Amino acid sequence: MSDIYVKFEDKLPGRVLEEMKVEAKANKLTDAEITKALNEAVKEYGESLISPGESIGIITAESFGEAGTQMTLDVFHMAGVAEIQVTRGLPRLIELFDARKIPSTPSMEVYLKPEHTKTEKTIRKIASYLKEMKLNEISKEFTLNIMSESIEVELDEKKMRDFGFKKDEIYETLKKNLKNATIKDSKKGFTLKPDTEEINLSILYKLKENAKDALLRGIPKIKQVLPTKKDGKYVILCAGSNLKKVLKMDQVEEKLTISNNLFEIATTLGIEAARQAIINESVAVIENQGLDIDIRHVMFLADLMTQTGVVRGITRGGISGEKESVLARASFETPLNHLIIASLTGGKDNLKSVIENVMVNQPIPLGTGLPELVSSIGDKKEKETEK
Amino acid sequence: MAKEFDIKKHSLVPEHTKLTEEEAKKVLSEFNITKDEIPKILLSDAAIEKLSPEYGDIIKIVRKSQTNTNTTYYRVVVNG
Repeated sequence: MSDIYVKFEDKLPGRVLEEMKVEAKANKLTDAEITKALNEAVKEYGESLISPGESIGIITAESFGEAGTQMTLDVFHMAGVAEIQVTRGLPRLIELFDARKIPSTPSMEVYLKPEHTKTEKTIRKIASYLKEMKLNEISKEFTLNIMSESIEVELDEKKMRDFGFKKDEIYETLKKNLKNATIKDSKKGFTLKPDTEEINLSILYKLKENAKDALLRGIPKIKQVLPTKKDGKYVILCAGSNLKKVLKMDQVEEKLTISNNLFEIATTLGIEAARQAIINESVAVIENQGLDIDIRHVMFLADLMTQTGVVRGITRGGISGEKESVLARASFETPLNHLIIASLTGGKDNLKSVIENVMVNQPIPLGTGLPELVSSIGDKKEKETEK
Repeated sequence: MAKEFDIKKHSLVPEHTKLTEEEAKKVLSEFNITKDEIPKILLSDAAIEKLSPEYGDIIKIVRKSQTNTNTTYYRVVVNG
């Protein structure tokens, strides 16, 4: 039974074969009928394949362009809603395809291992350990004392209790994280004194700013946390992202935890992961807007963006700026710059691609314009046997 | 807090394998292309760190495709 399918393995894609198998079983087809159906499928599949010379790039561009007109043009601001703000719609899509180094709203989805999601309390606790806490957030006041050449930090006891901090713990972490300063206990909090021999106002000011930013707990860059449930699993949504550090945490399920920063993914998980992330993020935007773009277009774009091993955007600094042809580059953005540089340095254009041939009014190398001369050159023997 | 993170466990990372020289030649002749026409992967890429890659190696990547069951992809290792 299964050897009928083996014959078709290199003629049909795996998924089509699987579907055929299921359908054949459901309809109780005989072997002869299955072969007939498979042959028919091969024919259909061959006809739906993209023919050589098809301008898939333009079709992809049109597919996105049309849908893009239907998308939300602006970012929504949700005031007072317990949700982390994420850029969606067209701005996000542009951000993805331009491959911005840092997205406008960096965010992460942190999944937890099942053993850490038993009670809501433990989840909240882990979430609170993720969020970055700075000395500034649990202090009432930072006073600059010029007479004693020091900075006095007044702690907010209520906030300390709320976030579960103890004074001696803070003292220890401050000692580790705040360099170039001696820390002393005082009645209301701490007294900080710079270690430098000469103390002036600017050094004191610097210390004050450093002390405000001193990390007490959590992971740097994670500004906001929100534990929620998604598809039956507990997720901590984070504003701000730091994939590398979070993946190293014991409680985190490393299989599913992701960031929305493409470059972060590329550096921590590799270029293939970044490709998949581009696809996932784009599809998420498209679906969120209730649109339907064939995933093959997205995959094609993602392949193109990751082709050189690094994530490149479709901008004049990325893919479009690296085109060989001077005229093609000039037709995208900043035409004068490209033309001036080309004329000064003796740039050359071989007129091999589409845009430059449109410009000079010549047939473009696409579709029927692609082949220059077609003839079948076979062996002499082959031709004789044909006769 | 610090633990070793195995990159292969992540759902975004497909399977990477290094091809031997013979396999590489076979792939090149199958598609009738040269090495510089294949998509690239950086030598420092996190996903191939454990394969001890060298410049010019071909990495075979088996992706879980959204339109097919599995698809194979090839990338050639470049410096960077």
